Amino acid sequence: MNKHNLPDAKGHYGKFGGKYVIETLMPALQELQTLYEEAKEDPKFKEDLSYYLKHYVGRPTALYFAERLTKHLGGAKIYLKREDLTHTGAHKINNTIGSALLTQRMGKKRVIAETGAGQHGVATATAASLFGLECDVFMGEEDMKRQSLNVFKMRLLGANVIPVTSGTRTLKDATSEAIRNWITTVETTHYIIGSVVGPHPYPMIVRDFQKIIGEESTRQIMEMEGRLPDTCVACVGGGSNSMGLFYPFLKNNEVKLVGVEAAGLGVDTDKHGASLTKGSPGVLHGMKSYLLHDDGGQVTEAHSISAGLDYPGVGCEHSYLKDSGRATYASITDAEALEGFKLLCTKEGIIPALESSHAIAHVAKLAPKMKKDEIILVCLSGRGDKDVNQIADRMGVSL
Amino acid sequence: MSRIEKRLASLNGKKALVAFYTAGDPDLSASKDIFAVIEKNGADIIEIGVPFSDPLADGPTIQASSHRSLQNGTTLKKIIQLVADIRKTSELPIILMTSFNPVLVYGQKEFVADAVKAGVDGVIIPDLPPEEAEEFLGLAEGLDMVFLLAPTSTPSRIEQVGKISKGFIYYISLTGTTGTKESLSAGLEEKVDEIKKSVSLPVLVGFGVSGPEQAKQAAQISDGVIIGSAIVKLIEAHSDPAERDLKLAEFLASIKKAINP
Repeated sequence: MNKHNLPDAKGHYGKFGGKYVIETLMPALQELQTLYEEAKEDPKFKEDLSYYLKHYVGRPTALYFAERLTKHLGGAKIYLKREDLTHTGAHKINNTIGSALLTQRMGKKRVIAETGAGQHGVATATAASLFGLECDVFMGEEDMKRQSLNVFKMRLLGANVIPVTSGTRTLKDATSEAIRNWITTVETTHYIIGSVVGPHPYPMIVRDFQKIIGEESTRQIMEMEGRLPDTCVACVGGGSNSMGLFYPFLKNNEVKLVGVEAAGLGVDTDKHGASLTKGSPGVLHGMKSYLLHDDGGQVTEAHSISAGLDYPGVGCEHSYLKDSGRATYASITDAEALEGFKLLCTKEGIIPALESSHAIAHVAKLAPKMKKDEIILVCLSGRGDKDVNQIADRMGVSL
Repeated sequence: MSRIEKRLASLNGKKALVAFYTAGDPDLSASKDIFAVIEKNGADIIEIGVPFSDPLADGPTIQASSHRSLQNGTTLKKIIQLVADIRKTSELPIILMTSFNPVLVYGQKEFVADAVKAGVDGVIIPDLPPEEAEEFLGLAEGLDMVFLLAPTSTPSRIEQVGKISKGFIYYISLTGTTGTKESLSAGLEEKVDEIKKSVSLPVLVGFGVSGPEQAKQAAQISDGVIIGSAIVKLIEAHSDPAERDLKLAEFLASIKKAINP
């Protein structure tokens, strides 16, 4: 039996979660919850979702034994859950297909999204194109520079990319601007949030659409090894790939769950994105969760080499898992993430996203300390094509 | 009866004028002067805005104002001190309008104690809807917590908010963020009527009420108006304090006249 049956009826995960939004949005959140609860029991909805996940997204994704990496690190056996092999190249599409189907069910014709690295923006633009929905993506101006390839892709897919020039011009402000737009257009527009963040029921819905990562992994590791892994590892920005991987394992207390946050220039500097490691409970973007903020309650800037982890908040269910001790959270610096990136490139012929490189870098620390018959299952949440220009820049190579 | 309730009751059917401005923009000492100008020019209640780094319900005008204020080092603590200072010479009802996070970090209990002691009469916390307000309401002895209703509010929510709101109901006139708009939303009158049928509190209309003409229309169908972004814009536009105070006085007089001809 799964003892973890959260959120409760009010959308709380212990003291975290909830719906901290202006009245204007409250009825829409209630409607979304009702609609979602009906949809997930509806055989037709389930059938449609699995059809698109199989034939369009390319699921199930492979679980791959990284033999050379395992040998190189000299410890636990390392398995990679290959979300990088999905259509659009990251796990984000699992959620946007489900959410676009929900949008159709609502009869709404327009979707909006926020994006940091651009992966969720591309995944939303893709789903919008597939289902004939109008699509506006809010993206910080700073991130548009870092991720120009994804900006171009979104435009090719027919989406409008709206530059956000307020605040830090990154994911936090893109999210704020998307929420403001939603406050204005809520009667005709569905907001597709890219992570397990935001007001209830979003963290639950996004988790449910992402839990296929953990469900497939369970089945695959049972087939390949005849047992569950000892440790699951995934990177955490907002925390959707990690929540998707962790959720089906929550009931298996013997499986350790490790989330990896962005330590940026170091968690003891003021340039990092490690909300769970260094933050404290606060309210941002409609939920209560760990947050990077000052002693006056003003949200502080996050930093990470990876635009997808550059966020001062984190999914509320992760906050719950941290406090309950069911999951632990480590952090990896920009420099370590780059080493993780190179390691996977040279040992396995896989170019990982900078976000996922944080998880790889942590595995590189963890695996050598574990026994050779132990198993680590790591979520390779996305591929690194989008990051190649940025990495070349950093290496002083002009393309 | 609280100061807010007394003031609204004393209007005897006349329409209320609630004025909003951001504390600490252009700076906290100006905030004291601006308060005096607004009080002198006929506001019935003053809403002092607490700046937040990520004001989700605010349009560009108040966002920019919040940002300037934070750059000046404004904090909730300093704003409570400002109120205590103002309270020495004024009996006007004062409401703090704030996002929830600064209150949460301050400590809800400590915030209520310090605010009441300073002479704050009420709070509006837009991102603390009834569903999440239970704990704060339990602690908010001595503060009127004003809740909001919106064009999207359902009959059951109107009833719920009507039961727990104190002082008045803040009706958000439009489906959108704060800011001046060309005209009032269609359907405003019907919605305010609907609310007034099930709620006994005064209903004041805010968000997007920017000039005398809109204020007049909004006041005709409600118990008064709340003006924010238009005031903030005016303060932003005049760096000379004497000129700012003069323009502010003229503007408030024009609103006052429009709502109570």
